[in-house]
Parts: sequence; C-alpha cells; structure tokens
Amino acid sequence: MILRNALFTAAALLAFAAPAAAQSTFFKGGRVVTNTGAVLERGDVLVTNGRVAAVGANLTAPAGATIVDATGKWVTPGVFASISEIGLSEISGSGAPNDATLSGPLVSAAADAGRAFDPAVTAVAVTRLEGVTRAAIAPSASGTVFGGRGALVALDGRADSVFRQRNFQVVELGEIGADRAGGSRAALWPVLEAALRDAREYPARYRNGQGGAVLSEIDAQALQPFALGQGLFLVHIERAADIRELIRFARANPALKFAIHGGAEAWLVADELAASKIPVILDPLVNLPDRMERLAARLDNAVLLHRAGVKFAIAPGPGSVDAHQARLVLQLAGNAVANGLPWDAAFAAITKTPAEIFGVGLDLGTLAAGRTADVVVWDGDPLQVQSAPTAVYIAGREMPMTSRQTRLRDRYAPKPK
Amino acid sequence: MRHSIPAAMALLASVSLAACATTQATEAPKPEAPAVTAPFASTYTPKPSTPVIIRGGTVLDGEGGEFANADVLLVDGKVAGVGANLTAPAGATEIDARGKFVTPGIIDAHSHLGVYPSPSLQATSDGNELTHPNSAEVWAEHSVWPQDPGFSRAVAGGITTLHILPGSGNLFGGRGVTLRPVLGARTMQEMKFPGAPHSLKMACGENPSRVYGSRNQSPATGMGNVAGYRQAFAKAQEYDRKWSDYRKKLARYEEGDKKGERPTAPDRDLEQETLAGVLNGEILLQWHCYRADEMALALDIAREFNFRIAAFHHAVEAYKIPDLLARDNVCAAMWADWWGFKHEAYDGIRENIPFVHAGGGCSIVHSDSEVGIQRLNQEAGKALSDGRRAGVDISRGVAWTWLSRNPARAIGVADRTGTLTAGKAADVVIWSADPLTSYAVAERVYMDGALVHERGRETPPPSDFELGQSYRERAQ
Repeated sequence: MILRNALFTAAALLAFAAPAAAQSTFFKGGRVVTNTGAVLERGDVLVTNGRVAAVGANLTAPAGATIVDATGKWVTPGVFASISEIGLSEISGSGAPNDATLSGPLVSAAADAGRAFDPAVTAVAVTRLEGVTRAAIAPSASGTVFGGRGALVALDGRADSVFRQRNFQVVELGEIGADRAGGSRAALWPVLEAALRDAREYPARYRNGQGGAVLSEIDAQALQPFALGQGLFLVHIERAADIRELIRFARANPALKFAIHGGAEAWLVADELAASKIPVILDPLVNLPDRMERLAARLDNAVLLHRAGVKFAIAPGPGSVDAHQARLVLQLAGNAVANGLPWDAAFAAITKTPAEIFGVGLDLGTLAAGRTADVVVWDGDPLQVQSAPTAVYIAGREMPMTSRQTRLRDRYAPKPK
Repeated sequence: MRHSIPAAMALLASVSLAACATTQATEAPKPEAPAVTAPFASTYTPKPSTPVIIRGGTVLDGEGGEFANADVLLVDGKVAGVGANLTAPAGATEIDARGKFVTPGIIDAHSHLGVYPSPSLQATSDGNELTHPNSAEVWAEHSVWPQDPGFSRAVAGGITTLHILPGSGNLFGGRGVTLRPVLGARTMQEMKFPGAPHSLKMACGENPSRVYGSRNQSPATGMGNVAGYRQAFAKAQEYDRKWSDYRKKLARYEEGDKKGERPTAPDRDLEQETLAGVLNGEILLQWHCYRADEMALALDIAREFNFRIAAFHHAVEAYKIPDLLARDNVCAAMWADWWGFKHEAYDGIRENIPFVHAGGGCSIVHSDSEVGIQRLNQEAGKALSDGRRAGVDISRGVAWTWLSRNPARAIGVADRTGTLTAGKAADVVIWSADPLTSYAVAERVYMDGALVHERGRETPPPSDFELGQSYRERAQ
C-alpha cells in the first residue's frame, strides 16, 4: 500500500514535470520580436514540447496545435527580471518572515536563495501577469561584504521552478560593503582578497587549524567555486572610482567573472568598462545624487553605455530591489527609450541580456528554434505603461491570467450601471 | 478661509513693528490670537513673463476635457484662454504644439523633497520628528533644504506645485507646506506657495505603533493610535474654546472702551495651535492611512470632533470604500501599483485609482517618492489603462484631473491652479506626445506663465550642491 502510493506519487510528479507529448501552440500573425534580428511585422511562432520549433512569416500550424490568434498584438520572449527578491517573502515588511535579509555573522556567502524560494508566493502570479517569466533572485542584505548565492527561477509557480541553483554570488563593493568591512573602502578590497584566498585554500587551512583570515568555514566552502571562476560575482558598485578599482581587480584576476549591479556612474568609465567586458545591470531611473557614491547619476546612463558598447541589462537599482515589483522592469526599459535608448536595446536589456549575463543566454531571452518557449502576447508595445499581456507561456505552458490581485479586483469591481 | 491669511499676516507685522518701536510700552505685546499661518511668509515672486500662445496641441484641461488642435494663451502669468484659433496679443511668443500635448502642471500632493533630500545622509534626514507621538507643533517647511536636487528633477517631470509633508512615524507628524519648485531658490520662503493653507500630517496604522511600541511607549497598537488621536483632539477642543472665550472677552473689552481689566490671553501651545487649526478648517488634514477599515475609523473620528479630512494618503484599500469616501467628500491620494511591502499594503491592486473614481470619489495620483514624482503622468497612464480593462470608462481628460485638479483641491489651491481655466495661474506643460504613455517627455514647463524648464537645456545645475562637482560636469 505504502509502496503503491509512493509509486503513484512519483508517476504523478513525472507527468506534471514533463510537457504532454507533442503538444504544440501556434502563435499566429503577431508582431514578433525575436531578439535575434529584425522584428517580424506579421509573424508566427510555433512552440512544440516547451520549445520554440519555428519562427517566421506564413508558417503552417501542425494538425492539432492550439492556435493563439495574435493579430494586432505583439509576441515576444518572456521578460527576465535581472535581480529580485521575488519568492523570498509573501509580505516583505511588518515583521513578516523575509528570507531576503540575513543578519549576524553565522553565514553570508553561504546563504542560498534558491533554497528559500517559494514558488507559491502571490507575487509570482502578480509578476507573471505582467509578462515577467524568469528572475534572478538573491538576498538583499547580509552582515558582511558577501550577500550570498543567488538563483535563477521560472515564475511558473511550479515545484521545480528554480532552474539554476547557486548561480551567482552577491558582493558589496561600494558604500555598503565599505561599511560592513569596518567603515572604509580602504578595508574593503583587502577583505575581499583575503576572503578569496580563504575560499581557494578551503578545506586545507580549516583542517590544519589555521582557519580562515576572514571567512568562516561554511562561507569559504560556499565561496570556493566562485573564487575559482566557476560562478559569477554580482558586484554592487556605483561610483566611477570604485568601478575603475573593480576593472583593475578583474584584470589582475582574469579567471573571475564579474557583473556590476548599480553602476550609476558607469557612464563616466564607459570605454574602460566596454574594454573590460564587465556587464552592468543598471536602473535607468537613477538620476539623483541620493547617495554619495551616486553623485554623477544621470538619466541617460543606459544610452551612454549603449553607445560605448558596454553590455547592460535593466533592473531596479540596489536599494530598489524588492519582492513585489519586479514587473516594473518594463517601465524602467520604457523610460530608457524615452531618454534616447533604441527600443531594441531596451527590450533586449530585460530579456536577452539578463539571460546572457547569468549564463543562460543560449536557452532564454530570444525566440529562435530550439530555445525554451517563454512567450508573451501583448495588447501593445510592452514597454508602454498602458500595455499588458493577454497571454503568458512559460516553457510552452499556458499560464493562468489570474492572481490574488485580480481576485480582489473582481470582488470590488464597480457594478456596471 | 484663505482670505484671512493676508489679514493675519498684516496683524502680525503690525504687532512686531509696535514691539520694536515702543520698547517702553507697558502693555504686554502679547499676540492677539494664535498665529496659525502667519510667520515664515512666502517671498515667492513669479519669474517675469511675456505672453505665450501655444498653438495647435491636444489640450487636456485638467477639468476632464480634451480638445484637439487647440490653442492655449498665457498672459501676465495667467491662463487667458483655451480654444481654437485664439488671437494673441502683439509680441506673444508663439509655440508650435502640433502633434504635442498641453496640460496643466502636475501637482504632487505628497512629497518629501527638501525634508528627505538627496543626498540621503544622517544630517539630511529631516522629515520626521519622531521623538514623541504627537509632533503637531513642527512644520515641514522648517526642514526644507532648498538645494535638494530633487526639485529640478521634479520640474523636468512636469511638476509645478508640490505639497511637502512630514513623515508618518508618529500619530501627528506636523504641518505640511505647499511649495513651488523654484530652481535656485535660496530660501524655503522663496518657494512657498503664496496663500496656500498649511496641512496637518497624521498617520494611521503600522508606522506609529511600530515606532512607539518598540520603545514600550504608547501607541503600541491600532487602538492606541485611535486613543492618541482622540485624546489630542479632545484637548485641542478645550484649547480652542479657551482662545475663543478670550477673543470674545477681548472684543467686549475693546467695544466697552477698554473699561475694566484687559483680558489675559491664554498661553500659546504650538501643538494645540495646529490641532485647533484643523478643528477650525484653517489647516487641511492629510491622513496617511492604508487600510479601508482604518480609514472608516478615521472618518468616524472626524465626525466625533467635527473636522474635515482633506485626503487619505496611500489609501491602498480605498477601492473597498469608495462610497464612504464619496459620502464624506474625502480625496484619496494613491500610487498606481505599489503593494506587498508591508501588511497594510498587501491588498493593493492596480485598479485602486480608477475604482475610487468610478465610485464617485476624488482620485489623486501621488508620489511619496523623489523618483516617482518625476513621472506621475505615467502612473496615471497605468491607472487609466487598468481601469479601462476592468470596465471603467475613463477619458484621458478625466485621468488628468487625478494629476492636477484633484490634488489642487486636496491641498487647498484649486482656486489658483490645477486647471487651464482663464484667470488661473499659467502652470502649463507641453509634452512631446500623449503624456499618459511612456515615451512622452515634458518639453517645456511654465510656472505662473514663465518658462522654468526646457528639455535639453538643464545645465548648469540649478542646485548649488551640484554646481562644480567634477564628477558631474566632465561630459556635459
């Protein structure tokens, strides 16, 4: 009896995890943004078994395919929220449990966001309704220079929605990092170097009694793959002088992989950044000297980086990352367009480029044969605040267009007069 | 009530002059009445302007109307007319607005610019006197740093008037002030909107009970909050009675040819003066309140003590009680889509603004943010489209009332600005495209008829703080 139940459960899980055999969806006649070349003004997208099978004009739908009429609509890859706390809390404040913040010295680099992610939080459906299908998640605050390990998640609400565990390591190398390293940038870089040494020399120095110079054993163990160049350091840094320091550090440590989150003053060092090939995840609304490390923030940062050939994604800046509003990346990208960024570059910065930065660009962020089929159908230009998705597919699966918010909306909607 | 302000100012001026001139005077120069809004008078003067005719744009007039291919005429700092083929006075500057949109300047009813300025430092965190639960005696205007670079960014987003409030960490945060975003102003007074009433900021909910509860002080709970409001207003009623008794006695004394003993003025209490101002309707109440049930309690408190609430701010659950808001004529100043960041914001929905509107209420799009204030027009665009999708019929013209006319009402300046009505201040924005969409930018902003912002001509930075910082100037 027990065995039968277990078998039944396993079978049910398998059936749930795998798309139904030869299931096809045909998106017909939409304005198709592929992110691989020119927009198809009137194109079709065929999705089979969770992957894009074909993209083009006047394709033929296979027998039995579900037809989605996209006439007059836009069809695009799903949006990738470059950095978010989604799934790490249901309510982020009010003393409610919030897995995006950790304090104390017990763990920092070892913190593992993917294992805290809950696909059932209401923000997943709320965010997905706006066309966001994937997110990179990470804790926002820790007790040290290291923020912990971030994961990549699908916003399909499914049990298996974490698709890359321990994908990147958050490092604070600006004002916040300086504060945690003893109050000064002068201490920050030596702390970072010592931590990397601890990680590389794990476990030897912890077994022979020497111990870590700055890291506890569990943090050293967690940091090791990153210190050996097997994972991305997502570095929160804003000031031009700090970015230059990072570029120098990266040059001296060519095995390590870096991306910048923030970069409010990146435009000042755009050429050096382009040469370094370090990508930037920036917030195009940051235009105030609200922190001393952002005195040169300006509205056209994205445009200037684009012209210089810096690879960049668009997401809320450090301090604005949250658990509930990852959907605003679309408005951020729209404002970059308003301030001079070409539309294609802005849209790529919330789809294709984040996927590339986090190492999944061969699978996500474009509509091309063989890619995972995250497809969104919109009632207008997705970067316009007045537009909204009419259908969202993640890995070929049609997502429900409802959320707790739409339930509240329907409960309180004014009665037709 | 606003007419009384110049009179009060004149009174105060004469009192202080008398005090200077006659130091030997034996009669104590005690103030004759609590000076509710007199000191720190506005020294704002509109920039000089010449007539401007804005030709052929799509005009959203702020009253709910939309007019295609219309002209807007600005003369002597006022709106002189809106219509087809207007005749301009000789020498008027002619602006070709064909293909563009023309609207009243945006009014943000909830800003902390100047009191929580950039850069955000310990030294500049000046927006909330959290040392005690009732700080009705403090005035936000005394914390305003005119150099806040946020003012120039707000103007670039089409803001021509903004209401600066204290924070929400205590029950009574203090008085709010309405400002003009005057770039390069040296003093707060140079920004102060002439004759605009003060407000009182109050706060419901989690913030006050968290702040004081964590200090083992009252209020620690929602019921502690309500007790705090009621006790304070009960005291203020008593204070107000004492002063009105005194005024009556004084009038009798003056009329009776100063026979008998001159009545003695009660002691002034700055906290009580503010609350009494709310009871008298001279100070407009702006009440931070998220939840529907808490707004309903607040409405009952207002009834108990017989005062008006101008607007609930944030009002994340206003969509649940549009009937109550409409009944008591209370506006709701809202975000388009903020939610989830705390328990009392959990029920936020994207249709809050349009549903309040559909229920006959007064919807306002507010920012509470130095970033959001730069593009409130987009937030209105979201609310418009989400409302339409939910079946609420909303025109672009109506959506603009949420950005100018309704906030003007809530902060008490609707007789002077907020719509393109002849005779009102020429606070006008020319947008590159439909301003309820994402790619529109404010090309020209007029305040009292004077051009105060022209896109692409923002340098040098108007704030002394930003001037000469080598970081900033390198590539500009």
